[in-house]
Amino acid sequence: MHCHETIYDVIVVGAGHAGCEAALAAARMGCSTLLLTINLDAIALMSCNPAIGGLAKGHLVREIDALGGEMARNIDATGIQFRILNTRKGPAVRASRAQADKQLYRLRMKRVLEQQDNLYLKQGEVTGLYLEEDELRGVDTRSAIRFLGKTVVLTTGTFMRGLIHIGLTNYPGGRAGDLPSVGLSDQLRQLGFLVGRLKTGTPARLDGRTIDFSRLKPQYGDDPPVPFSFSTERITMPQVPCHIAYTNPRSHEIIRSGLDRSPLYSGIIEGIGPRYCPSIEDKVVRFPDKERHQTFIEPEGLETVEVYPSGMSTSLPIDIQIPFYRSIEGLERVEIMRPAYAIEYDYVDPIQLHASLETKLIRNLYHAGQINGTSGYEEAAGQGLMAGINAALRVKGKAPLVLGRSEAYIGVMIDDLVTLGTKEPYRMFTSRAEYRLLLREDNADVRLRESGHGIGLVRDDVFGRFLKKREMIAAEYERICSGRLVMDEREQGFLSRHGLADVQKGTTLEQLLRRPEITYGELAEFDDVSRETPPDVSEQVEIQVKYRGYIERQLEQVERARKLEGTLLPEGLDYFSINGLTTEVREKLAKNRPDTLGQASRIPGVTPAAMSVLSIVLKAKNWKNNGRGTGSVKQ
Amino acid sequence: MYIEDTIAAISTPQGEGGIGIVRVSGNRAEAIGLRLFRFRKGDAFSSHFLHYGALVAPDNGAVLDEAMAVLMRAPHSYTREDVLELHCHGGMLVVERILASALACGARLAEPGEFTRRAFINGRIDLVQAEAVMDVIAAKTEASLALAQRQRAGALSARIDAVRQALTRSLAFIEASIDFPEEDIGETDTALLLSGVNGALDEIGSLLDGFDEGRILREGISVLIVGKPNAGKSSLLNRLLKENRAIVTHVPGTTRDIIEETVNLGGLAVRLLDTAGIRHTDDVVEREGINRALDKIPQADLVLFVLDSSRPFNVEDRQILDAVAGKTAILVLNKCDLPLTLELPAEMGELPRVALSAGTGAGIDGLRELIRTTFLRGTALDSREFVAISRARHRDALTSARSVLRQFLSGLEGGRELETLAIDLRDALSAVGQVTGETTTDDVLDVVFSSFCIGK
Repeated sequence: MHCHETIYDVIVVGAGHAGCEAALAAARMGCSTLLLTINLDAIALMSCNPAIGGLAKGHLVREIDALGGEMARNIDATGIQFRILNTRKGPAVRASRAQADKQLYRLRMKRVLEQQDNLYLKQGEVTGLYLEEDELRGVDTRSAIRFLGKTVVLTTGTFMRGLIHIGLTNYPGGRAGDLPSVGLSDQLRQLGFLVGRLKTGTPARLDGRTIDFSRLKPQYGDDPPVPFSFSTERITMPQVPCHIAYTNPRSHEIIRSGLDRSPLYSGIIEGIGPRYCPSIEDKVVRFPDKERHQTFIEPEGLETVEVYPSGMSTSLPIDIQIPFYRSIEGLERVEIMRPAYAIEYDYVDPIQLHASLETKLIRNLYHAGQINGTSGYEEAAGQGLMAGINAALRVKGKAPLVLGRSEAYIGVMIDDLVTLGTKEPYRMFTSRAEYRLLLREDNADVRLRESGHGIGLVRDDVFGRFLKKREMIAAEYERICSGRLVMDEREQGFLSRHGLADVQKGTTLEQLLRRPEITYGELAEFDDVSRETPPDVSEQVEIQVKYRGYIERQLEQVERARKLEGTLLPEGLDYFSINGLTTEVREKLAKNRPDTLGQASRIPGVTPAAMSVLSIVLKAKNWKNNGRGTGSVKQ
Repeated sequence: MYIEDTIAAISTPQGEGGIGIVRVSGNRAEAIGLRLFRFRKGDAFSSHFLHYGALVAPDNGAVLDEAMAVLMRAPHSYTREDVLELHCHGGMLVVERILASALACGARLAEPGEFTRRAFINGRIDLVQAEAVMDVIAAKTEASLALAQRQRAGALSARIDAVRQALTRSLAFIEASIDFPEEDIGETDTALLLSGVNGALDEIGSLLDGFDEGRILREGISVLIVGKPNAGKSSLLNRLLKENRAIVTHVPGTTRDIIEETVNLGGLAVRLLDTAGIRHTDDVVEREGINRALDKIPQADLVLFVLDSSRPFNVEDRQILDAVAGKTAILVLNKCDLPLTLELPAEMGELPRVALSAGTGAGIDGLRELIRTTFLRGTALDSREFVAISRARHRDALTSARSVLRQFLSGLEGGRELETLAIDLRDALSAVGQVTGETTTDDVLDVVFSSFCIGK
């Protein structure tokens, strides 16, 4: 084994969406960082659909941006269709989504990594962690090179013992065209990690020249396209449409005829797949009455004819795949360029992680992305960013950055993962966030810029611009709360035009804006200052006013939960010796080992009564530690 | 757990007693005291001083009871927080009303053992005592677990579950529409949401109605028998008792005191109160009895207004009729075996009535049935189907679920955003969930994935 001469601060294993954010964050925070990947030509490759964002995922991307991550800027530079979803619903559930030029996306991210100070890229397959007497020292690679590092971030994606299935044929692979990673997960299992198996799938890539797009309904992006990043001024890439197509009863017949050779239904696949992203055979079997299923034909890029039919993933044999895709109207002559496949891979139950994403078993080891049982580029990137940040903070001897459930979707996701673990691929939904109205795309900067700047990821000039915006929001809110109607001619005209005859003199602008029928933009009809207010400022003011009652309700809930979230449970707490807990609760707590009372309260089966007992035990412990107790707690 | 809030509970045993005490602990205790307590002398509490005065309803200032109140300022109190004790008369209803008033002023209903727990958390009692408290808490948990399991096997949790399912389904529709806008699942079906939530509301309403019925079942009702002298009140009482307890004569005015007897009317505990006949009289003793009868009317759950159908309606009957106005009452047309001469005034037309003969017993079963159905709305008491929420905690949870669901309906009608409607439904679910268990996000996602074909 050849030992590389440098001792890195942070070694990141894997250069997918999690690994890229982790490596960039650590390097930008001043840590010497090594990024190891099985294939340097597949950095930030979009292995499944060529798109970023969507409900809750768009929220994650904006949060990554607010904290100083790269994903938002990368999609802004390479996106070829941008749309805001849910525009007819309220601001909290609006989300951005963009189609990417897959190759440009990957190349730009590689360039950003290559130009980053302190960051070194190397190709190599990591076969194991290098430990000295249980202390993590680095990693070993297939080519017999040992890299030494103070911390290691594992972002292995679908590569650990990856197994690709097409019909009854299967072969090892990390992704179609790439080698799997073998050995690492065996070592993790030996070290005591709970290694499980998950499954995911991807549709065939089709030749766009063999599709009759004139028979499909085009779907265009927004004009002008709205960027993801708070720092991007505008989108300059050419914009292209997607196309909508549908399966039909004949398609479903073809699918059914191949079920006997499905690795899923014949029991060959043991991994658990995502419920929210079922294969087409899953949909046909589970919803037999549905006569058609919708698919978006998404372009893979501007310079390629390859297209991606969303929602049409399958692991059926190729002789079923071909007639199936050709049964779709408009796709009668379609040629498959890359077949659809399912992939099984090893993951590690995230219940064995702290909220910093450091493992509980091995100090200085962090896990992020699909290794934690998640799916999705955005979920991976959010975790990668946090793992990179926390590895860097560890190197600097600082406390980890943990985002709360009321602060960020990233916080909700990580808390869900480390508190509850996962048995199926975890995807972010807005419904997972109990404080959904507070966690909006539009206020991601208000929520997180300060944290990002505090750890050194957000540059001073960017932060200065944000501070200015924040001051303007506060000032404008103050102004409309104190500004009152004097009932001059302009105001009277405004009120009569909007049918507001009942409004009294002395009403504040804020009270006026609270009415559902009045928008901030309309205030400009008589209020000159509001016309001058920048849109990103007025948007925040308007949402604050319109959502006020509900935002206050959620803030109260946050405040109530604050104490629980802030109360730490001692690491060595012996749950089996605590009186007053049922055996079931003891077992659950001992397995999950929650870091805080808040986490404990979210473990299913931990009752309010058990919570009371726990808080009493903690109180007693604190006494003892403070020397105020009159005796020891008999547990 | 939420040591910042103020808690309140009835601290004396359930049932009737000489004194009832409502205890309030937390930083709002004094403010609550000032709102509820009207001082006889002065207008402020001095700590650890027992004040005399009256307790008044926070909304309209109506006097609830004469009372004593003491405020024990932190840290010299049981919990080391500000503690307010309100001492009133020991009737169940009055104590409950006072508790409800304290809750209306912002206190939260204390959990079992919570005052003691606070005493420990705030450091007043030592660890040996704390161990005992922990054991107490554990014991309570076991008991409540056993109760929950009994209920799970029974009809109450089935009904609560049905409500939760209806709400979860409605929420799943909203969540699916929010989280999967690109999917081919159509717009949110307002009619479906309406029917789901209305169904849940009906069920919650019927469970809440059942609370009063459950209380009546546990505690029984008081029935006051009134009527002019010699209308047959004591005969009726005896007939209902099926034994001679009260002195019965045919000379008007011989039953001069209140006679109280409890009978079991097919499972319903009924406390029968017989009073002196009401009549203009100069007889001091009898006058006293009559006053007592009229005074008792407001406190009775039901008034049996006995009329002698062999005699005409007269001014004495009129006086009783006026006193009975607005009460739950049944007209007992006694002596139906004698020739009918009674003519009822038109305004009595709405009162339910029964013709019977206390002397012969004819028609008495009809009265028994009418009393039962007046309070139990036809519920078969011997039926094992009967479901009642049994705790004020259940009632509070369902009441708050109901109010937030009403908010939901008006929001749905007014076109409010789906995500704020979802908050209403989640709050309602969490309130309903407090009765039996919790609804988690995963429950909602389960419904989403099993109801819609979703996949990117």
